Amino acid sequence: MRISPTKFISLLFLVLSVFYLYTAYNIQVFAFDENAPFNARTFPIYLGWAGIILSILKIILPEKITTEVNHKLLDYKSIIYLIIISLIYAAVILKIGYFISTSLFLFASYYFLGERRWGLMFILSFPFVAAFMYLLHGLLNIYLRDPFLKYIGVMG
Amino acid sequence: MIEGILIGLSTALSLTNILMVMVGCFAGTIIGMLPGLGPMTAIALMIPITYGFDPSTGLILMAGVYYGAVFGGSTSSILLNAPGIPGTVATAFDGYPMAQQGKAGKALAIAAYSSFAGGTISAIFLLVAAPSLSKVSLAFRSPDYFALMILGLTAISAFSSKGQFLKAMMMVVLGLMLATVGQDSLSDITRFTFNNMNLTDGISFVLIVMATFAMSEALTIIFRGKDPNRATKQISLTELGSIKVNKEETIKMAKTIPRSSILGFLIGVLPGAGATIASFLAYGMERNYVNEEEKQKFGKGSVHGLSAPETANNAACSGSFVPLLTLGIPGSGTTAVMLGALLGFGIQPGPRLYQTNPEIFWSVIMSMYIGMVVLLILNLPLIPYIARILAVPRNYLIPLILFFSVTGIYLMSFNNFDIFLMIGIAIVATFLRLYDFPMPPLILAFVLGGLMEETLRRSLLISDGSPNFLWDRPITLIILLITIIIVCWQIFSTFRKKS
Repeated sequence: MRISPTKFISLLFLVLSVFYLYTAYNIQVFAFDENAPFNARTFPIYLGWAGIILSILKIILPEKITTEVNHKLLDYKSIIYLIIISLIYAAVILKIGYFISTSLFLFASYYFLGERRWGLMFILSFPFVAAFMYLLHGLLNIYLRDPFLKYIGVMG
Repeated sequence: MIEGILIGLSTALSLTNILMVMVGCFAGTIIGMLPGLGPMTAIALMIPITYGFDPSTGLILMAGVYYGAVFGGSTSSILLNAPGIPGTVATAFDGYPMAQQGKAGKALAIAAYSSFAGGTISAIFLLVAAPSLSKVSLAFRSPDYFALMILGLTAISAFSSKGQFLKAMMMVVLGLMLATVGQDSLSDITRFTFNNMNLTDGISFVLIVMATFAMSEALTIIFRGKDPNRATKQISLTELGSIKVNKEETIKMAKTIPRSSILGFLIGVLPGAGATIASFLAYGMERNYVNEEEKQKFGKGSVHGLSAPETANNAACSGSFVPLLTLGIPGSGTTAVMLGALLGFGIQPGPRLYQTNPEIFWSVIMSMYIGMVVLLILNLPLIPYIARILAVPRNYLIPLILFFSVTGIYLMSFNNFDIFLMIGIAIVATFLRLYDFPMPPLILAFVLGGLMEETLRRSLLISDGSPNFLWDRPITLIILLITIIIVCWQIFSTFRKKS
């Protein structure tokens, strides 16, 4: 039996709702609140049940409109590269600072999306991020934490 | 009211705020023109920039972006038959045939004048209706608010996604579930944090909006191999022709605009309905109003057919601010994003906003009008040039969207856990979008989650745990009956299509 992707997603949602409901029942409330008409558990319990009912309905009812996605036409390679670059960016942003990590992230993203005009790639990464930081930090007075730039004395 | 208008005008007409409206309209037009990127993404991308502003200025910038994005969507509908947002689909029915007849400039002008007129009329309605409704809504109690939120969430699920009611309702529940993460507002008990300190304060609204809209839209464009730049290049190459509108066309517009404005505004006020339904209904209504000869022109470049949806979608945009400003309950995904931004500024919209922060209340209303003028005077003649600026290749556009999303989150917390969480949610949202699970209901539910739990808590405590609060007050009962009718209608339409 072939299960449609929509029903598979609904099945995952059912699992999530069951887990959510289980966790909701295990929320520790104060002893005096245990039998109150409403405590920290009440709303999540309603939501858990609503999620279970809706996902079961979606699984058992026939689909009126089926969503077909041709996976051969999807660009998995570019998306995986972008996600990996983004994850690396998130991992290093605190260590090497906003300016360098963001500039490198932009440069790498342009490269992996197929861009090869090096000059333009450089302008739209390092000077662009510097200009954006000046806009935020210098003109709009929005604090932007960058330990590296602070260390070399560029930022106060 | 006159005093309020003057307060609003003095705030909205300050140099900074006029500049913000112009920047907002300009940026909104550019983003709205790109097929796939709508007002919600445009507003979400602006959030980091508004951190440094006072609430009025931030909100004025966002209102400008909203109108600009709707206008940008109309442009791509008319020139390319590729609506940037669902609200401008009906514009393409007659706008695109007109452009194909070499009258693209005229079609854009009719769309701009109609949008301006629709926006102006509905801004006047808003001016009158919002303060009156604010007073009426002071009579609302917790059960009424709870029922109203249920209605809003049901309505957005029913109207925002064609035939996908259950999927939309699942997204509503998911949004509410995400809203329960973190400390319970009353007892301070932490829920669903799994001992992770970063989740104690809950998930940030900006994170959810950036992940489900800006970031996931960028990933979807890459995933599907779409090139929004291809479309914009076409716009810049299109010969627009004259933007002058003759007397006969003006008379036709003058007949269409008033009725479409009223319809658009009323639809916009309804929770969940918004610009898309308003524009389709206005198109249908206009077709019934005109004579037989004009009826034949519909779909082939009719002035009535272009003017009606354009008027209605702009009127609906203004209308959608009524529930946000008067009840504090957004009726659409876009106004939900704006509510989140307001809460970020420490402002709780609702009936008391009118009394506690009149400068915000009125300046938003007045800036809408200024936004319309800016769109008409600046954007219309600049369309061919804006389109040329847009010839930014996809290879640059997508990383820049990702950069704005990450920066928005980093600025809030200086914490990389939030960036990891955003990437995770964006990946899930991208797959959900691929299978037509709509995101606006999730955003609306996430924004309303805290308030919904609060009103349910109060209602249940007042009624001592009994569900009687659902039918004790006539307002609550009426709102819930409307909700039941919407659900029944969805079930009925499902069975009718099957049979």
